[in-house]
Amino acid sequence: MSNTILAIELAYWQQTGLRALIGLVAVLLPAGTLVYLFLFKMMSFMQSRLGPMEAGPYGSLQLLAEVGKFLQKEDLIPAAADRIVFKLAPFVVLISTFLLVLVIPAGPDLWFIDVDTGIFLALAVSSISVIGILMAGWASASKYSLIGGLRAAGQLVAYELPLVLAVMGVVIQAGTLNVQEIVMAQATGEIFGWGAIGNPFIITQFVGFAIFLVAVQAELTQPPFDMPVAESELVTGYLTEYSGLRFLMFFIGEFATAGIFSALAATMFLGGWYVPGLDPTDNLFNVIGPLVLIGKMVLVAFLIFWFRFTYPRFREDQLQQLAWKFLIPLSLVNIVVTGVLKVVF
Amino acid sequence: MNDVANRNQLAYIAAQASDARVNVEFESEGMTLNLGPQHPATHGTLRVIVKLDGERVLRADPMMGYMHRGYEKLAEVRTYPQVTTLVNRIDWLGSFANEVPFILAAEQLMEVEAPPRAQWIRTILFELSRIANVILFLGDMGVQLGAVTPVFFAFRDREFVLNQIEAVTGGRFHPNFDRIGGLKDDLPKGWIEETTGVLDRIRTFCDEMEDLVTGNEIFQARTRGIGVIPAEVGLAYGLSGANIRASGVDWDLRRDGGVGLVHDQVDWKVWTHPDGDSFARYWVRLQEVREACGIIEQLLGGIPSGPVMAKVPRIIKVPAGEAYVETENPLGVMGYYVVSKGDLVPFRVKIRSASFNNISITPWVLEGTYVPDVVSILASLYFILGDIDR
Repeated sequence: MSNTILAIELAYWQQTGLRALIGLVAVLLPAGTLVYLFLFKMMSFMQSRLGPMEAGPYGSLQLLAEVGKFLQKEDLIPAAADRIVFKLAPFVVLISTFLLVLVIPAGPDLWFIDVDTGIFLALAVSSISVIGILMAGWASASKYSLIGGLRAAGQLVAYELPLVLAVMGVVIQAGTLNVQEIVMAQATGEIFGWGAIGNPFIITQFVGFAIFLVAVQAELTQPPFDMPVAESELVTGYLTEYSGLRFLMFFIGEFATAGIFSALAATMFLGGWYVPGLDPTDNLFNVIGPLVLIGKMVLVAFLIFWFRFTYPRFREDQLQQLAWKFLIPLSLVNIVVTGVLKVVF
Repeated sequence: MNDVANRNQLAYIAAQASDARVNVEFESEGMTLNLGPQHPATHGTLRVIVKLDGERVLRADPMMGYMHRGYEKLAEVRTYPQVTTLVNRIDWLGSFANEVPFILAAEQLMEVEAPPRAQWIRTILFELSRIANVILFLGDMGVQLGAVTPVFFAFRDREFVLNQIEAVTGGRFHPNFDRIGGLKDDLPKGWIEETTGVLDRIRTFCDEMEDLVTGNEIFQARTRGIGVIPAEVGLAYGLSGANIRASGVDWDLRRDGGVGLVHDQVDWKVWTHPDGDSFARYWVRLQEVREACGIIEQLLGGIPSGPVMAKVPRIIKVPAGEAYVETENPLGVMGYYVVSKGDLVPFRVKIRSASFNNISITPWVLEGTYVPDVVSILASLYFILGDIDR
């Protein structure tokens, strides 16, 4: 890790502060983008309505209005709640989001940490949110919350496996766990000797991509996998007793994680910050890389939210069956096929 | 601090007491979950006390009465024409259909008959309110299962139906248009052509629902084989309407009862489904909306000319006697038992509303299901709280 950022010498505390600031932006920006683009606008257009139109041009300041609303609300804690755990739970969920963003590179020299086990780290820290959700469900002292929390735990544990196994194909093909090197492998790769567009792994790993998206959907507890918050059965599951800022933190956590998982999928399957036709070591990518990454992230997130607004939800047992009987065997087959082809070619 | 402790203790005692009521005939280490009275799945204030073992329902008790408005009693101090304003609010989604059986019962007591034109327009409005009612169910079923989009389509297209009802009656939700001996007014000019256009939209809506909801694999997985009600059990519990037709019972009062309305003048079909599960109930209602469009279209083509009001006295005094009239309302069979002592006001009105009987089967059908199925079964039984509690 060098102690210069964009060739400017910085002290350690300055670097750390800058990293923290950029980390905050990297979490809040995707969350805001996704909420406005998809939750407010795309959902509305799909349902033949306009969505927010009053606050700012085309309702673009609606986000600020919503945040302002949440900040004004009373921070309610149920009388019977386990107060410390109840207060802590949203932070635990948000921590997993902040840790997740660390591994994603946005340019050849733009990353928070460059670890050789980047993907492994990402998938490991993404599971921390389960603990936060269980804490929220248990500490709320509400039956709806409890059922929601337990459902979430069962679901997230079940879908952790297909998530990891889907990524395995990419790791085998790239020959590394380092996220930056996975991007490089795609940028410099060739399709049967034709290297004009590199080799984005979605071409060879489309099964893995599909499984990854389904598993991400389940990890995010979004429809059709939103049993933990199923609003028609459990009111809002583990979120039932939360209000104000703490609810907002869960909300940001959900959408930021959606954005970061989309960015992760874009990085692993769509070539990350790389655009075909340019030299991947070009310094230009340190400038346009983040924009390219956000563009690809929005593309993947579009798929996720398209499903979200179209499908009804599964039942808990059907969801488990989908994970254990279909996705996991399929991803195992994918790994075997990838391994065999890797040896053959 | 003492206050808080006291309050906690009181809350604990109250919880124990409500548990004890359920525990009388059932003893287990389960968890009692109160679905309602305020709960998204009950679209109103139904309370279902669910005794759970994990997510499996051991026992479910519907508790009604949170929205009781005493219409039967109130009707006893209202003159006959005033009662229609009350009964409008029983099934608030298809209001006009509530007025019809009461008016027919009063007409039967007074021995007047509405002129043919009034009968035809009555039937058209009756079927329009069926559409206004049932397409909301078609959208709402998606919401209960977690798909948010269908209900917006339902509200969008329901608007056109309500506009047509409003154009005739002046009221969108509560028309109060039916009179003893006919109708308040005739149809406005150009209404028939407009309504034909609206019916096309509703048919398109039905096709959309078939694409978006009925054909969806997850929807089918969530509804097929869930909440199966065999025909004999359904009949024993007094189910009616689409709920019993979805169990394969070919019984529809529009065809088999036939008092006062002119359904026998047109060519239509009673849809049934052999399965009796949630999917069947959804499917039958979807077909019934299509069928209602067909009925209205045929009726619009052949409305007879003439007055819309028979000769009735200005001050309506109904001769002594009793009458029971039931019709096939959007939610099922709705009947009014009217007893008159020859006064300005009815002596007694007993309302048989469809939803009351339809949800009486919930303890039977919910036993052994999972919590998510509770919601889908309740949604597919399609009750309206006003129709349960009256």
